[in-house]
Amino acid sequence: MVGKLFAVIVTIITIVSMAIFVSRIWWLPPDVSVLGAGIDHQMSETMITTAILFVAAQLVLAVFVWKYPDNNDNRKIKIFPGGATPMVVGAILLVGAEILALTFVGSKVWASIYVSPADPHSLKIDVQAEQFAYYFRYPGPDGKFGQLHPDLIDESSGNFFGLDPANDTAARDDIVAATLAVPVNTPVLLELHAKDVSHAFYVPELRIQQDFVPGLVIPLHFTATRLTRSEIVCTQLCGLGHYNMRAYLEVMSDSAFKQWLNDQSGQ
Amino acid sequence: MTSPASNHSAHSQGFWRKYVFSLDHKVIGRQYLDLSLVAVTTGMILSWLMRLHLAWPTRSIPGLGAVASEAAGGIITPEYYLSLMTMHGTIMVFFVLTTAPFAGFGNFILPIQIGAEDMAFPRFNMMSFWVTFVAFIVLIAAFFVPEGPPLSGWTAYAPLSAVGKDSGPGQGWGQTLWVISIGIFCIAQLLGSLNFIATTLDLRTKGMTLARMPFSTWAWFITSVIGLIAFSVLLPACVLLLLDRVAGTSFFIPAGLVISDKLQPHAGGSPLLWQHLFWFFGHPEVYIAILPGFGIVSHILPAVTRKPLLGPRVLIACMIAIAFLSYTVWGHHMFMSGMNPFSATVFSVPTLIITIPAAISTLLWIGTLYGARMRLNTAALFCLGFVSVFVSGGISGFFLAQPAIDSYLHGTYFVVGHFHFVMGVASMFGIFAGLYFWFPKMFGRMMSETLGKWHFMLTFIGVYCIFMPMHYLGLAGNVRRYSAFTVDYMKGSIPLHRFITVAALFTGAAQLIFFYNLFRSRFWGPPAPENPWEATSLEWITSSPPPHDNFGGQHPVVYHGPNEYGVAGRDGDYIMQTSSEPEPAKVAS
Amino acid sequence: MTAPLMKRPPMPAQTGVWVGIGAITMSFAAYSSALIVRQGASPDWVHFTLPPILFLNTLVVLASSATLFLARSYFGAMASSSDSPHAEAEGPPSWLYFTIVLGALFLIGQILAWRNLAGQGLSLASGPSSAFFYLLTAVHGLHLLGGLAGLAYVVYRIRRSSALHAVTSYKAASLYWHFMTVLWLYLFAILVTRI
Repeated sequence: MVGKLFAVIVTIITIVSMAIFVSRIWWLPPDVSVLGAGIDHQMSETMITTAILFVAAQLVLAVFVWKYPDNNDNRKIKIFPGGATPMVVGAILLVGAEILALTFVGSKVWASIYVSPADPHSLKIDVQAEQFAYYFRYPGPDGKFGQLHPDLIDESSGNFFGLDPANDTAARDDIVAATLAVPVNTPVLLELHAKDVSHAFYVPELRIQQDFVPGLVIPLHFTATRLTRSEIVCTQLCGLGHYNMRAYLEVMSDSAFKQWLNDQSGQ
Repeated sequence: MTSPASNHSAHSQGFWRKYVFSLDHKVIGRQYLDLSLVAVTTGMILSWLMRLHLAWPTRSIPGLGAVASEAAGGIITPEYYLSLMTMHGTIMVFFVLTTAPFAGFGNFILPIQIGAEDMAFPRFNMMSFWVTFVAFIVLIAAFFVPEGPPLSGWTAYAPLSAVGKDSGPGQGWGQTLWVISIGIFCIAQLLGSLNFIATTLDLRTKGMTLARMPFSTWAWFITSVIGLIAFSVLLPACVLLLLDRVAGTSFFIPAGLVISDKLQPHAGGSPLLWQHLFWFFGHPEVYIAILPGFGIVSHILPAVTRKPLLGPRVLIACMIAIAFLSYTVWGHHMFMSGMNPFSATVFSVPTLIITIPAAISTLLWIGTLYGARMRLNTAALFCLGFVSVFVSGGISGFFLAQPAIDSYLHGTYFVVGHFHFVMGVASMFGIFAGLYFWFPKMFGRMMSETLGKWHFMLTFIGVYCIFMPMHYLGLAGNVRRYSAFTVDYMKGSIPLHRFITVAALFTGAAQLIFFYNLFRSRFWGPPAPENPWEATSLEWITSSPPPHDNFGGQHPVVYHGPNEYGVAGRDGDYIMQTSSEPEPAKVAS
Repeated sequence: MTAPLMKRPPMPAQTGVWVGIGAITMSFAAYSSALIVRQGASPDWVHFTLPPILFLNTLVVLASSATLFLARSYFGAMASSSDSPHAEAEGPPSWLYFTIVLGALFLIGQILAWRNLAGQGLSLASGPSSAFFYLLTAVHGLHLLGGLAGLAYVVYRIRRSSALHAVTSYKAASLYWHFMTVLWLYLFAILVTRI
């Protein structure tokens, strides 16, 4: 009796869980990047494979529990046909093949985003993450970034990066903004700096995520394909304001981006 | 180093020696279980507070304001939320999932299962428990320090955990106590693991060959080897972190950090070094939590299905393979950490390969059910529940093992759902299975089966309602470790969070049935016979509870493996390990 | 019961020490890899001249292993002639005391090395190389202190009962002690090459 109840519960749990996955009520937001499609593809492949494994395992479990309770009927026990060998061979072959397939494709997707270098003509933007905000630095008309001096960082005067415009000509026209504005269909190369503790850069629409590590400058590149406004959020615990640490990614047309840069430097 | 049980006798013991600083492995095992019961209750209450806050952030939680100054008026502040989360994770991982299935049951059962009178080093054993106890007290003390409890998570990533007060509340004494507590805990676990290994190698009774050891003993033995290596690495990591915090060194703190407008007086350290050391421990720790569950389930399944476990040697080989592989995969926690992206693929492959022994084990358990004559008592149900949630949690690991998908899912609730299923709930089900199974042996009384089945059914439904939705949240990009969802795209997830909270309260309430059953049975349950489950291993040849030296002055001699169930053509359908009758003919198929 | 000293089945104490050696090896592997990573992490690593007394300390700890080895014949003799009542009367061998004295000397020497370093203005917080120096020597010293306690326990057992009863403890303690010597040689090599 209790076995049949268990079998029914497992079956219901399996069906409901899968139904909600399939209905996509909670799902990834639309992809707005060039390389995100590879990740989405990898995700669907994995989703289908694991769904089959999940449903099969749970249902077989339910069926066996339903079918083989002890009814005091002195029935003889049966051993699974073939014993353990087919399971070992099956698991190694099936899971092994799946691992090979996923790794073969997946590592290319991974490499395209995180290993291969950015387009040499990328728009370079420096990102400074701090408790609990992001700041973005554009090189300004001279195309050069000024040097960073952590000892000069001063929140009250708005020197979030520690620039030294008095002595450093390259730093004078650097543009610092609290929003990440990028032109559409243009490769962007971010260089991630952390001011205090570890943070992260996560934009679900871009399908990318990267930690900021104090002491390291970490490159991250992407190309946005649609005019959108997305949220950049922190996924690495950084202190009490972690939940509230965010900025906006604004993907603009080329002309709007130029206008935006002008507006920023005018301030 | 004294020889086991030689210089302490059952009689002439004072109260302290008998109940508090006891050298008897059975008392120590129960002490571990009692400690983890306190810890799991604490951890569960912390999780309710978190869940309540996530669902209704502006509602006051009655009584909380009076207990915690950080939650004035019963409203949890963001920093207090993170403290609750940190303490929940630390308490659960260290003082429940390591303590109960490994140290607790292992201590009580392992020596009996191999026919020994006690552990190899009873004094070390006692020290191991009391050192664990001190570690727990030190951790709990962190709740009551002026700057507040630590908030950098159970992973305590540097530099947040290393730079001290400047980085915000909870980073003063609270964090220091956290590091000290975990360091002390490492010492306790090293003593414990050393004891388990020496006991298993040297104190097996006559005839108890390695091949005849019960699966649970195998699992504890393998776990103790994993623990020995893992905690040997965490201890140095804690020492380095402590020195960074209190002695001004810079192992994990790089140059040029500006915190609260102050340039930090540290230079040259590597935050990733902490992550590598931590996860070199941290991933094997997952298997320290789950492998005893493997052993307990594999030990109970034959007794409740009345047939031998399918592929006993394969199962042991799988556990050994998992133990080896667990040391090659730590980098999968660090795909997004800024380590060399090439190494992501290198860590991904063994992570995926580790699913093979895990999948084989699962198939063996399910295959064992085929053609069985299942006695569906509570212990059996928790074993079946273990298999179900282990499958659910294991399968979501397939996503996270791939760096390309982790790129999206890392740091989201998908991860929370995954590890709670596979490490939290599966291990807890292993603990419950072990408790319902061995309770008669440990306390000499039977638990109520009716209450046990209610407890199982409600808990089983409850955990799926809590943790399955977390996978949906993760797919929607809902980030973990947030005390509120003010980010626009996450606001849509709040109804689901409320559902999870209700499910968590419901599941928590279901545990009251368990507590009631536990306490009632401990004192008023019907007396337990020697072998209530008709099981084969050595713990069932002695009285319930066993005498001080386990076998009343006898030394059992073993002739059989633990897996001989479903034997046809005789009175009972099983052969005790100590039975001197010859090997049975091949079981009818 | 009078089987030759070396042909007994493995005793838990011995197994325990072997397992402990495994754990200590792992933890020093962790410290070493931390040292290597930290040295590569940034250019602030300062090489300094090791206090010369370390060479003397190395000789002392090697000598302590040698004296402990010499004590072995005493236990061997005890084990094989345990029938004679005369064996019970003898006290702990002087080689054992020599070992304890040398071990204590080594620790004093390590403290002198620290004072030498402090005299050069190098503290735990002054830089990564000195931090690792203090750390590695301190952790090794703590473990060696445990070894001294083990040897003291052997002496205690001989005095309380007999050499025969101390054989197991002696074997376990000396295995640990020799490992401490080997560990020091390894650390010394790390200190010489890296710091």
